[in-house]
Amino acid sequence: MKPLMRRVRVPSARVLQLTWNGRPLRAHEGDTVLTALLLAGERPRLTLGEGAPRAGFCLMGACQDCWVQTAAGKRLRACSTLARDGMELVSAQPGEIPCT
Amino acid sequence: MVIVGAGPAGVRAAQTLLRYGVRPTVIDEAPLPGGQIYRQGAIARGSARERYGFEWRKARSIHAAGAELAAQADYRPCTAVWNASPGLLDLVREGEIDTLPYTHLLLATGATDRVLPFAGWTLPGVYSLGGAQIALKGQHCLLGPRILFAGSGPLLYLVAYQYARAGGRVQAVLDYGSRASQAKALPALMNQAGTLAKGLYYLGWLRARGIPVFHAARIDAALGAGRVETVRAIVEGAAVEFACDVLAVGHGLRSETQLADLLDCAFDFDDAQRAWLPRRDAEGRSTVAGVYLAGDGAGIAGAAFAELAGERAALAMLTDHGIAVDGARVRALARHQRSLARFRQGLDRAFALPPAEASCGDEVIVCRCEEIRAGALRAAARQYDIDDLNRLKALTRIGMGLCQGRMCQAGAAELLACCREVPLSKIGRLRGQAPVKPLALASLGEAAP
Repeated sequence: MKPLMRRVRVPSARVLQLTWNGRPLRAHEGDTVLTALLLAGERPRLTLGEGAPRAGFCLMGACQDCWVQTAAGKRLRACSTLARDGMELVSAQPGEIPCT
Repeated sequence: MVIVGAGPAGVRAAQTLLRYGVRPTVIDEAPLPGGQIYRQGAIARGSARERYGFEWRKARSIHAAGAELAAQADYRPCTAVWNASPGLLDLVREGEIDTLPYTHLLLATGATDRVLPFAGWTLPGVYSLGGAQIALKGQHCLLGPRILFAGSGPLLYLVAYQYARAGGRVQAVLDYGSRASQAKALPALMNQAGTLAKGLYYLGWLRARGIPVFHAARIDAALGAGRVETVRAIVEGAAVEFACDVLAVGHGLRSETQLADLLDCAFDFDDAQRAWLPRRDAEGRSTVAGVYLAGDGAGIAGAAFAELAGERAALAMLTDHGIAVDGARVRALARHQRSLARFRQGLDRAFALPPAEASCGDEVIVCRCEEIRAGALRAAARQYDIDDLNRLKALTRIGMGLCQGRMCQAGAAELLACCREVPLSKIGRLRGQAPVKPLALASLGEAAP
């Protein structure tokens, strides 16, 4: 998907390597997980009921519309979680429906 | 003494307590002080001027005070309060829970965008107005590439200006307010001529760059396959379509009042804000002894007012604790607050909140979390003859999702009042429930067998 976000300028901060659903995902130190996903043109989640795509909404930790998971199954709110080097993120566990 | 929130109100309150030799505990969800308005990214990017516009000096001043409290107070960032009971707060930080006792508690919990539902508002590409600003302030990123701004409130012009200045492709600004109502508000707005001048500057700047500004405009639908492609608006009664990638929308702001509710503070209905707000006296005392309120969490009044209210509430906490405070300072704060309050009345008139969106079709999702549509709410209200928001919640799950009604309460309340033809003040408000922010059950530890 064409990204919904772009940078004003590429930051000088360190480059981080993450994965999203098994694919490489780049970020810079200081990016939130949601920023990294939106810059890469990814949709963070599908809704549990209708399976509709969502890509965050409030960006301030209130709407709860950007939950993703780590590969280990820990849930996190993408807009208020900083990207960390080596993070393995998934929209849902393999073979499972999204849990939010 | 405990302060919840490190925005303009919380930071000034903490600074005041420190000045009188009291070391408060300050709880804040963000990693750095500043609140949403003066939000700081984990790593500062771009100049302060780029991130905060004309308000960069105010932002710097709050950040400097924030740095001071980080050094001197018991400052706990990245920490959320998930429950409040008399004398005790329940906290969560990165999944770890903790408790914190208090004798004097200041709630400076701030606000989020108030967004009324419309067709397609759950599509990727629709963001809250405040969220669009946070992308820029906190991450130095632009939503888009083509972005349309719509809604009501002074933030509309500020964010559109900030985006255009930073290189964003602003397609248009759609203001719900009419030119006539904004002209009528001018006398009251003259109370803060400097602030008014900034607002007019943003508007003139946008116009000078050929960015269309429409008045008496409301969003009808965001359309697209899996993402926003077009936005249909009704401008002065006629449908107009805008091609864009992102729609940033906000119908004013809504106060975060859950903690005051859990603590049994009395609430009153506020006609201008179309919301229930915790009752407080001029100094910031709630109706519960030892619980104080300041900033936008106690009613939307803006960042400048929040700074004054935070300081004044801190002085009230000190007074109630038996510490003598500077009376002249209290009077000066009160004077300044009265002047800002007159300005706010003008803003409320210029940017009247849209009333019940009677036009919202039955297919429109009202609750984003649980995907509950307007038609289901209307059907339940009629079938069970419901005039109360909590009964509607019990029957439809409205307000029961992860966001706890933060995103849907305003829309659901307007819809119920409209559909039952009763005043908004008569349908009640969703009762607060702990945890007020999602909490993993695992955080609570192993249950005893």
